[in-house]
Amino acid sequence: MPVSARDHAAGPADAPLSLVEYGDYQCPYCGAAYPVVKQIQKIMGKKLRFVFRNFPLTQAHPYAMIAAEAAEAAALQEKFWDMHDLLFEQQTFLEPDIIPLWAKKIGLDLKRFGEDIRDGAVAKRIKEDRQSGIRSGVNGTPTFYINGARYDGSPDVESLLAALQSELAIRATA
Amino acid sequence: MPALKPGVRAPDFSLPSTPDQKVALTEFRGQPVVLVFYPADWSPVCSDQLALYNELGAEFSEFGAQILGVSVDGVWCHNAFSKDRKLHIPLLADFEPKGAVARLYGVYSESIGEAERALFVIDAEGIIRWSYVSPMGINPGADGIFKALESLAKKEKAAGVLN
Repeated sequence: MPVSARDHAAGPADAPLSLVEYGDYQCPYCGAAYPVVKQIQKIMGKKLRFVFRNFPLTQAHPYAMIAAEAAEAAALQEKFWDMHDLLFEQQTFLEPDIIPLWAKKIGLDLKRFGEDIRDGAVAKRIKEDRQSGIRSGVNGTPTFYINGARYDGSPDVESLLAALQSELAIRATA
Repeated sequence: MPALKPGVRAPDFSLPSTPDQKVALTEFRGQPVVLVFYPADWSPVCSDQLALYNELGAEFSEFGAQILGVSVDGVWCHNAFSKDRKLHIPLLADFEPKGAVARLYGVYSESIGEAERALFVIDAEGIIRWSYVSPMGINPGADGIFKALESLAKKEKAAGVLN
C-alpha cells in the first residue's frame, strides 16, 4: 500500500526515500529495530520519510494490541510519535494498567484517550494496517519496505543504510 | 522430484497431529486446505512464518480454509513447540517413515533431511491450485496464499452462478 495522508509519517512528504515499518510494540525484534530507525533518520535527515504501520502479533504478544491502540489513540491527539517512542523505550511495561500512565506522561487528555479506544475506530485502523501488511507480504515483525519494495536484509544500521543509499543512487541516475 | 504443480490431485495422507490423533487430508474435502511444509520446529524463520499464519486465523477462516503445518519433527516435539509458541495450527508429524509426505509432494530435501519451505493451496475437491517453494531462509509471508484463496473463492462463485 503506497504511503498516503492516512499514515503516520516523519520526514518530508517529498523525500526521495520512504521507509515503511510494519511493527508490533511488544515484539522484541521491533524493540531492537527502534534505535536503529532513529539512528537512520538522524543520518539520512530530510532525504528520508519514515512511516510506521501496526502489525500486532496478538497471539504471541498479549499486550501488542493495547499498545497499538494506545499509539493510535495518541495520534488522535496529535501525539502519535511521542507514544510510539515511549512504548518502544518502555517495551517491558505495556500492561493494561500501565498504559494510562504513559498517556498521562505525554500529556494526553485521559478521558478522551479512553473514549477513543473504546469507540473502536482505532481498532479498525489497526486492522486496516494489518490487512495492508498481509497483502504486501509482511512475513513477521518488523518488516521494512524501502520505496515500496520489501527489505529482506538484516535490520541493523549498516545494512539498512546501505540499502537506502543504493536506492538513492538508483533514483539519482534514473 | 520437483514440487507438485497446480492442477494435480493432492496426494492423500494421514499423519499424527498428537500422540493419539491422526489427521487425513480427505477430512477436509469441501473446504480449501493450506498445506505448509517447513524444515523444523524451533528454527527461527519457520517459527516466525508459523507465528504469522497462527495470527491470521480469522483471515483464513473467512475463506473457510484449514491450515496444516507439516515437518519431520515427531509429535512430542510438535506438542512442546505448539505450547511454547501458543500455536493453534495443527502440526503434523511426517516422522515415520521420515519425510514420506514431503517426498510425495516433491518438497523433501535429501541433503538436509528436512522438508523444504513449501506452500500448497488445495481446493475443496482436493486439487492443488497453487504451490510455492520458498528459497531457504526466506519467510514467504502470506500474500501468495491469500491471492490463491481469493482466486479459488471467485472461481467457486462463478461456478455457483453457472449451475
